[in-house]
Amino acid sequence: MTSESVIQQKVKSGLEGRKVKLHDMSLRDGMHAKREQIPVEMMVKIAKGLDAAGVPYMQVTHGAGLGGNSIQHGRALASNAEYISAVAEVVKQAVISVLLIPGLGTMKELEEAYQCGARSVHVATHCTEADTSPQHIAFARKLGMDASGFLMMSHLNSAEGLTEQALLMESYGANTVYVTDSAGAMLTHEVTHAISMMRDALKPETEIGFHGHHNLGLGIANSIAAIGAGATRIDASLAGLGAGAGNAPIEVLAAVCDRMEIETGSDTFALMDLAEDVVVPFTDHVVRADREALTLGFAGVYSTFLLPAKRAGERFGIPARDILVELGRKKMIGGQEDMIQDTAMTMARQRGLLKESA
Amino acid sequence: MNKIKCALIGSGNIGTDLMFKLLRSDVLEPVWMVGIDPNSDGLKRARDKGLKVTHEGVDGLLPHVEADGIQIAFDATSAYVHAENSRKLNELGVFMVDLTPAAIGPLCVPPVNLGDLAKATPMNVNMISCAGQATIPIVSAVGAVQSVEYAEIIASLSSKSIGPGTRANLDEFTFTTSNAIEKVGGAKKGKALAIINPADPPMIMRNTIYCEVEGEPDREAITRSVKDMIAQVQKYVPGYKLVNGPDFDGNRVAVFMEVAGLGDYLPTYAGNLDIMTAAAARTAEMFAERILDGSMELKKLEPAQ
Repeated sequence: MTSESVIQQKVKSGLEGRKVKLHDMSLRDGMHAKREQIPVEMMVKIAKGLDAAGVPYMQVTHGAGLGGNSIQHGRALASNAEYISAVAEVVKQAVISVLLIPGLGTMKELEEAYQCGARSVHVATHCTEADTSPQHIAFARKLGMDASGFLMMSHLNSAEGLTEQALLMESYGANTVYVTDSAGAMLTHEVTHAISMMRDALKPETEIGFHGHHNLGLGIANSIAAIGAGATRIDASLAGLGAGAGNAPIEVLAAVCDRMEIETGSDTFALMDLAEDVVVPFTDHVVRADREALTLGFAGVYSTFLLPAKRAGERFGIPARDILVELGRKKMIGGQEDMIQDTAMTMARQRGLLKESA
Repeated sequence: MNKIKCALIGSGNIGTDLMFKLLRSDVLEPVWMVGIDPNSDGLKRARDKGLKVTHEGVDGLLPHVEADGIQIAFDATSAYVHAENSRKLNELGVFMVDLTPAAIGPLCVPPVNLGDLAKATPMNVNMISCAGQATIPIVSAVGAVQSVEYAEIIASLSSKSIGPGTRANLDEFTFTTSNAIEKVGGAKKGKALAIINPADPPMIMRNTIYCEVEGEPDREAITRSVKDMIAQVQKYVPGYKLVNGPDFDGNRVAVFMEVAGLGDYLPTYAGNLDIMTAAAARTAEMFAERILDGSMELKKLEPAQ
């Protein structure tokens, strides 16, 4: 189904004929960009389009995954079970995946997702805490699910450290391990270095994935670098719909892969149409590397913090960028959204904007 | 003064920290520490402090229980082995304080329900989790003013303070804590989230408590109730501190806490250890006082048929 490129590469990239599985994130990471407010009908519409375009995997949950419905992470319009079931009913070829962050999601919720039709899971831990995932990875495999270990905020660990963590996840049963650039802070050569080292250390049958964010404008470049270093699964989303400046835009990635003769099995023009005609008109804000999103990539802050930081900034009179930089300085990681308001309040008090002292 | 003799089961972070607290108690005397690894740091420290030690698990302790007059045991192993440990020791008339998420006995948060529990003379009480000990007092304090429809707590823990047992069993931590927010905290619905943060230097334990109350929150009364409760907890965990809040947003009350430890075993960032071990020690002291004054009698529980 790959669209024929009308122009030929002048110099070969060396990646011709590589096979890569695209994993769409519009209906999970994209939930963050929509403040978890994607209606079930819209999920179904987008899922149908992705399925028809030949995208092999699509993730469907609350932005924070299973168990995500909360004050901390926002309440979605429907439960995860409702979203997954509705999408499972319409997809013909694509595998539906879910996100599970131990400490937030549980095995009970994974089993429910499986019963609703999910067959793949990203089990996500911070990039140094892989040993909080053995229960969940093993349980996913026991259910017969495709299980990826998802090392979030990968920019905070060395290539050696990431490789060590990837080996742990492989030992728990993960058949894929991801380098996850949650902050959109990784530089292209860092992606290459980390994935090359992992590729050498992991079993040949263990796949490597890359999940990028576009905060420094490197979503596509980093994905291609990952493929060059041996990654075979790439997360991306329609029009980049995702946290921060979004994920690698899937239609752009598919087009670049076509030009480079990397096989994605997806229909690039169909993805372009879906992004332009369905997703873009539906977005609340232009998902781009604006001042705050760029700050995430620059300061190495979890992309999901973007919108809550803007809200807290407005409420307490502190520029969102100042809050984000402070969160980066304090080394706050994914899941610590409560520390955004806490940090904003502390800063407001220090600046004499908040009288009420604790 | 007469002291009640105690055994510590589990020589990891929690068991070792607890030992230091018991060594300072007026009514409790740690006599044994039980581990499974002869080279564990916890057993070594226990030996240095003059405790008897075994690395053969709880079975290594059982033959000595009567001769050494053990009346209270603390279990800081894992949810999976706790039931068996408790059964064996209850049969010998030993009162169990459970620091695992097993939760087979009544749940205990000292400033909320220890007084009532002590009157009921159970043979096993459960200390829930560090996050439960740090947050349920606040949920209860809000609930004392207005009905809590939903309470959600987020515990941020430093990576260095979390041992392998907790890491491998995060679901148990989540379930036990969520349940206790309802059962002890009094919220109609409870949810617990845990985040392990690897920052170096390590971050001090943080806890955020969100409560959605019925109707417009009574700001003054809730603020007063929360501050009174914090003072109660500070009696046994001096590093329990309000950082921000109570903040009111619609019907939502947000309280941002920090827990610094005493640095008995791990450094002060590991407030999660302290709040758990201090609560366990306080609970055991309450029962010990009742045993000493004769108002509570420990009975050997018949083996289950």
